[in-house]
Amino acid sequence: MNKQANQKLPFLTARRMQTLGFGALTLVSVVTVLPIIALGVFIVVQGMPAINWEFITDFPQNGMRAGGILPAILGTIYLTIGTAIFSIPPGVAAAIYLAEYAPDNQLTRAIRVAMVNLAGIPSVVYGLFGLGLFVIFLRFGTSILAASLTLSIMTLPVIISTTEEALRSVPHDFRVVSISLGATRWQTVWRIVLPQSLAGIITGVILGLERAAGETAPILFTGAAFFLPRLPQSPLDPTMALPYHLFVISTQVPGMPVQIQYGTVLVLLVFVLGMNLIATVIRSRMRARRQW
Amino acid sequence: MPAKIVIDHLSVRYSDQAESLRDVSLEIEENAITAIFGPAGGGKSTLLRTLNRLNDLADVDLVSGKVLLNGKDILDRRVNVMELRRKVGMVFSRPLALPLSIYDNVAYGLTTAGGRRKARLDEAVEKALRQVTLWEEIYDRLHTPAHRLSGGQQQRLSIARVLALQPEVILLDEPTSALDPVSTTKIEALLHELSASITVVIAPHNTQQTARIADYAAFFLSGELIEYAPKTQMFTLPKDKRAQDYIEGRFG
Repeated sequence: MNKQANQKLPFLTARRMQTLGFGALTLVSVVTVLPIIALGVFIVVQGMPAINWEFITDFPQNGMRAGGILPAILGTIYLTIGTAIFSIPPGVAAAIYLAEYAPDNQLTRAIRVAMVNLAGIPSVVYGLFGLGLFVIFLRFGTSILAASLTLSIMTLPVIISTTEEALRSVPHDFRVVSISLGATRWQTVWRIVLPQSLAGIITGVILGLERAAGETAPILFTGAAFFLPRLPQSPLDPTMALPYHLFVISTQVPGMPVQIQYGTVLVLLVFVLGMNLIATVIRSRMRARRQW
Repeated sequence: MPAKIVIDHLSVRYSDQAESLRDVSLEIEENAITAIFGPAGGGKSTLLRTLNRLNDLADVDLVSGKVLLNGKDILDRRVNVMELRRKVGMVFSRPLALPLSIYDNVAYGLTTAGGRRKARLDEAVEKALRQVTLWEEIYDRLHTPAHRLSGGQQQRLSIARVLALQPEVILLDEPTSALDPVSTTKIEALLHELSASITVVIAPHNTQQTARIADYAAFFLSGELIEYAPKTQMFTLPKDKRAQDYIEGRFG
């Protein structure tokens, strides 16, 4: 036997440590992802039997124990569109101001701190705020308008911070070159910065809207209806909505078929994940076209 | 004939007290190449960026003195800086194509100035690209993204972008520092040609380049102008010991 083989190696060599480490990390990832997959599979299996044409195009019947969930689906679409209208223009404008124009001073720092904190406020607080401001003080009543505005306020911080981040990711040198050629700041933003950050902005906007679409608490006091026999006729009408409808049929209606509950969950999930998917596709498409 | 640019007791200080200029007075001759040279941190970039007010973007604490272009003070608050920057163009050390097509890069200054007529834009783009000898290489892909060009091509594109505006002065901040020797030679030849009709102010990226291309040379050290003379005089009989030491490579 040669000398080397006689030397006693420690059990934990660097190689073995690495294998062990990777093993542990893989295990942890699997453990984390498993519940999500299980949840998804469970919902699809339980909910699929409820899904048919009637379910998504018909009104609830028999005290919501049968029929479809059309008013809730449409209501969530209305609320999402309303939120988009009220939150995208001011959100993007505010982000452009913060990223491209605002000087770094006490005021802008205060605005940023406020935004971070706003993003952490529980959604039910937004609901109560919307009730006070839009429903009561501004007399919009319990309506799509009031609920959309409430959701917008909740979504704004998300849109502003993701948009600002997208704008800031465009290299500073592009701005310097553009300005050096006699362009104004606005021309620089419009022709160079915005096109290059559009993917990030759209992603941020969709993720913000997606969260709004799935929220229950902010619309609870401001626009959501327990049950409506007809579709809303104007933005000042209340509406049914998927998240609230889910809450109602899960806790407020005795003798509810489980199938309908899971069917509703499935529709809401598809709606929200669909938006997520669109955001992902847009981002990867546009990233491929990025020019730096 | 009065000088194209008269710099009169110019001082610039950044708010973090970084690289600055102290009491610089300098007359830059029309249609010649003036090289601003000296060790790093001497204020070369600051001087160039003051000449087209690009320093407005930086955190500048103090600017005093005067910079006269054609006899008018460009530091005056009432000056239209967009117009000034079209007259006094700038080329940076790192070649950077704007995220647009080649054509739109060259036409950028004209379109932001309100140029709309396609025939005139086409003409200006072709002329500028021919001036930098890029036309032959790329005329068939004018509408492809400019960032696909090589570094040397992008730098010539950057110069074409400035030339399309028919500037009176062109400022270059170490324009060949990121380029290979062949591209460097092309750009130096181009600058020599341009200086027949345009005032060129350049911070060369080394002393040899200064010796090769400059008509006048200004030696800067720690924000001060140490010596200013026609190139031949600067490189044969510098008056100041520090300029001599730097030229002979004793520090830098």
